[in-house]
Amino acid sequence: MYDIIVVGAGHAGCEAAYASAKKNYKTLLITSNLKNIADMPCNPHIGGSAKGIVVREIDALGGIMGKIADKTHLQIKMLNYTKGPAVRALRAQGDKVTYPKEMLKTLNELNTLEIKEGMVEDLIINNNKVEGIVLSDGTKINSKIVILTTGTYLKADILVGNTRTRKGPHGEEPSNYLSDNLKKYGFKIIRLKTGTPQRIDKNSINYSKLKMEPGDSVYHTFSFDLEPLYKIEEQLPCYLTYTTEETHRIIRENLNKSSMYGALDDIEGIGPRYCPSIEDKVVRFADKEKHQLFVEPESKYYDDIYLQGFSTSMPPDVQEKMVHSLPGFENAKILKYGYAIEYDAIYPTQLQASLETKIIANLFTAGQINGTSGYEEAACQGLMAGINATLKLEEKEPLILKRSDAYIGVLIDDLITKGIRDPYRLLTSRAEFRLLLRHDNADLRLRKNGYEVGLIDEERYKKLIKKEKEIQELKEYMDTTRLKIDDSVKNKFKENNLSLPVGSLTLSNLIKRPEINMKFMCSLIDIPFREYIQNQVEIELKYEGYIEKAKKEAEKMLKLEKKQIPLDIDYDKIKNIASEARQKLKEVKPRTIAQAIRISGVNPSDISVLSIYLKKEYGKDE
Amino acid sequence: MEDTICAIATSSGVGAISIIRISGSDSIYIANKIFKGKDLTKVSTHTINYGHIVENGKIIDEVLVTVMKSPNSFTTEDVVEINCHGGIATTNKVLELLLTNGCRLAEKGEFTKRAYLNNRIDLQEAESVMDLVNANTEIQRKMAINGLVGKVSNLINNLRSYLVEVISNINVNMDYPEYDDVEVITNKVLKPKIKKVKEEIEKILKESENGKIIKNGINIAIIGKPNVGKSSLLNALIEEDKAIVTNIAGTTRDVVEGVTTIKGIPLNIIDTAGIRETADLIEQMGIKKSKEAIDKADLVLFMLNNNEKIDKEIEKLFDSIQEKKYLILVNKSDLETKIDLNKLNLKKDIIIKMSLLNNLGLDNLKEKIIELYDLNELEKQDLIYLTNARSISILKNCLEKIEDVLNGIENEVPIDMLELDIKSIWEDLGLINGTTYEDELLDEMFKRFCLGK
Repeated sequence: MYDIIVVGAGHAGCEAAYASAKKNYKTLLITSNLKNIADMPCNPHIGGSAKGIVVREIDALGGIMGKIADKTHLQIKMLNYTKGPAVRALRAQGDKVTYPKEMLKTLNELNTLEIKEGMVEDLIINNNKVEGIVLSDGTKINSKIVILTTGTYLKADILVGNTRTRKGPHGEEPSNYLSDNLKKYGFKIIRLKTGTPQRIDKNSINYSKLKMEPGDSVYHTFSFDLEPLYKIEEQLPCYLTYTTEETHRIIRENLNKSSMYGALDDIEGIGPRYCPSIEDKVVRFADKEKHQLFVEPESKYYDDIYLQGFSTSMPPDVQEKMVHSLPGFENAKILKYGYAIEYDAIYPTQLQASLETKIIANLFTAGQINGTSGYEEAACQGLMAGINATLKLEEKEPLILKRSDAYIGVLIDDLITKGIRDPYRLLTSRAEFRLLLRHDNADLRLRKNGYEVGLIDEERYKKLIKKEKEIQELKEYMDTTRLKIDDSVKNKFKENNLSLPVGSLTLSNLIKRPEINMKFMCSLIDIPFREYIQNQVEIELKYEGYIEKAKKEAEKMLKLEKKQIPLDIDYDKIKNIASEARQKLKEVKPRTIAQAIRISGVNPSDISVLSIYLKKEYGKDE
Repeated sequence: MEDTICAIATSSGVGAISIIRISGSDSIYIANKIFKGKDLTKVSTHTINYGHIVENGKIIDEVLVTVMKSPNSFTTEDVVEINCHGGIATTNKVLELLLTNGCRLAEKGEFTKRAYLNNRIDLQEAESVMDLVNANTEIQRKMAINGLVGKVSNLINNLRSYLVEVISNINVNMDYPEYDDVEVITNKVLKPKIKKVKEEIEKILKESENGKIIKNGINIAIIGKPNVGKSSLLNALIEEDKAIVTNIAGTTRDVVEGVTTIKGIPLNIIDTAGIRETADLIEQMGIKKSKEAIDKADLVLFMLNNNEKIDKEIEKLFDSIQEKKYLILVNKSDLETKIDLNKLNLKKDIIIKMSLLNNLGLDNLKEKIIELYDLNELEKQDLIYLTNARSISILKNCLEKIEDVLNGIENEVPIDMLELDIKSIWEDLGLINGTTYEDELLDEMFKRFCLGK
């Protein structure tokens, strides 16, 4: 009898199993293929816009994705440096060989974790409560909690040209019955699809025709606990190339051979809007002369190059022509053809904010099975499911991150409140409070939560407390210290072509000037704090007005978050609610007015009617 | 089932037509009872039917009756609208007939409430409808109807789609920083775009000021010492259109003592004359009443006596209107000039000499008012502007946020933060229509930009 069984060992499964076993719960991680643990079947990135911040949040809470990426990446960059502190995010080029290896090593260090191979086809369910899993050979394994992190493996179909093959990304067996069984238990199942481009032999590319994209020349880490483990000069470069008129001609002429454009007539899956295939791009943006393609190494240990931007479901012979029409790829050797994959997922409004399903108690789901896409989106859900599963065993309240706490909170709230139309990717534009959800303050936002749930140890927590204290001290120092304008200061301003401030300003006021940054200030006056403390305070002071505004907005939302809707509410009894809204409210069962407002199809008039009803029926609007 | 309600949808009789609206399950049946023409219970939906309203065989009015069947009506219930042509007295008579035949008099705004609650209209539309309900003049009706058919919404929507283009572009820059073929919106690129939005909003606001005038009219307070000629002025002004003073139940105006129109714009004349006899004009309760009248007024007409010296009392009264727009009317110009206007330190162009006794100066006053409020221009305009306080205050709020953005641009604030303000302007504009579609931004991003792996 296990405490927790995690089904699937992708990025969600690994985080869930890690959180559970780290807290000493007897955990089973079961995967259909031991070779595919923490596999990266699609692009080789970890991080990116918004996603990079999620990796920091995972690390702040005590998850492992950031650390594993830090230990194994091929290059790392800070994106959006000049666009502002809230959109800065790290992106690393992962190594598809060492990342999974390092992950397995980390998991193997956990005493209470067992990793096993097996195909899960059913659940043991009694009185709407899960009690274990059933394998394809009929073996039953019992547990108190089950976390499903099956990725794209539920009834996976690989689509290439006019062929449909029931297989996972690497040709493995998918789970054929689990999603049908879930349907039988009452879940609404949807079909999604995604695609991936060709892998090219790195020795067959003419790099002189490509533009090089090196890693940053300053050091970065995802993790708050690690020093950089790589050498700047040893980072591998990525490259850029573009499609040509010829490429577009080939695609247009062969469009009917693409699975998505008629070669297969039984496509149900809805593909992600933000990841269109090259066919889509050529058709939808017909007047664009060229499309950018990213040429990215997959690993130090083998020759595959990932051709990002070129995802397709054309048959192999057309893919050959397409690839050879690209500058630098005239003689390129394709190691693996691009394909599309269709898979089953659970419609995510059937989940609670803890990621436990509403229908079956003690059953949690995380990752692509919930309709998301991306390693980071999967990992953070896995971590939250893992944390909340352990909290459930401890009979404690689940950890629910709010939209103003973390991108993770935005993601989960979006899933369970709005549902999805296509595979969900996190974007900065989805986070209304992104000024509060920065790369730089993820530890200040979330480490305490990680400590409280038992994934952050005492020592690391003390480090956080110290950091908070130092930030406070530096702020006070800057509020009370005035810059004396002596000759040396005058010269410094002159050298930098800056106008000298009138009178003696406090450092706090000085840093608010657009032309003054912390680095320059340090050249004027001694600031006895470490650089990362300085950076934190610089952001907080420089953008104080904007951050305060965001905080006020967040408070407004929190007020509405406090207006709870009783679980037993009968929406059929409320007159005057539009029928679409009524149906949505019944489906999502929002817990608060704030959540109800976010449901699409629920209009302001419905909210006012609902509020009036709550006041009348329950005597209060809280 | 909700009961059937009716009311006059146009509340005052300046226009040639008054509309009575009936809504509810019995509306067609009841209207048919008093209508002579086609059998309304058998006509198709959305037809206009010519005929007469009759009582005991006697024709009350010649009317057009519009029948709109549920759910394709304003309230989503069965709706009948009767266009009456016979002026306010006849309209009242028709209304009375409907009430005696089974309708209930609608509460103020009840139609709109039903429409809103049945999700038939958005907020902007609801407000436009309220304007229509309250329309007193033809010009107001025209404006309210324009709001209703969505011209206001169009104007706002255009602004919003311009903004959402900017926002989605910035978002693409942030979410897909590696794409080099998408224009990067820098502060420099942003500045002219934001300025353009600012100009648009300022334009709408300016026009909306006019809209306010059209909707509410110009409140005019006549002040001055006793016997200076205030009542004569009031009478002279309203002389031309006595019909307007007709009181309709439920729409009584508190302080307004007379209404006239110039160029289709109502002038609501507040005469402080009624207060004067109470006691000393400046002292006691008189002060409060005149103050109220002055506060409410858009324009103060300060009447002086040409034949009288300026005393302390006048100076005091004059001080009290310094915050307002005012005209100085020097009455009794037929008598000997004893007044010394230099004492008040006035600009020449606001002084109008009159002799109400001889009917002199009245036209000058009207001309001046037309000039002051640009009423000739107003008459010609396509009146599609925001008229309700809520929308205007949202727009003003937007303008402040735009200033913030422009300041931010000057101060080299990162685009990341500027975008938040721009987005909140975009969201605020959405509030005017009461509808925001949350995936709008994402749709725009993926529609306009070619992104993806």
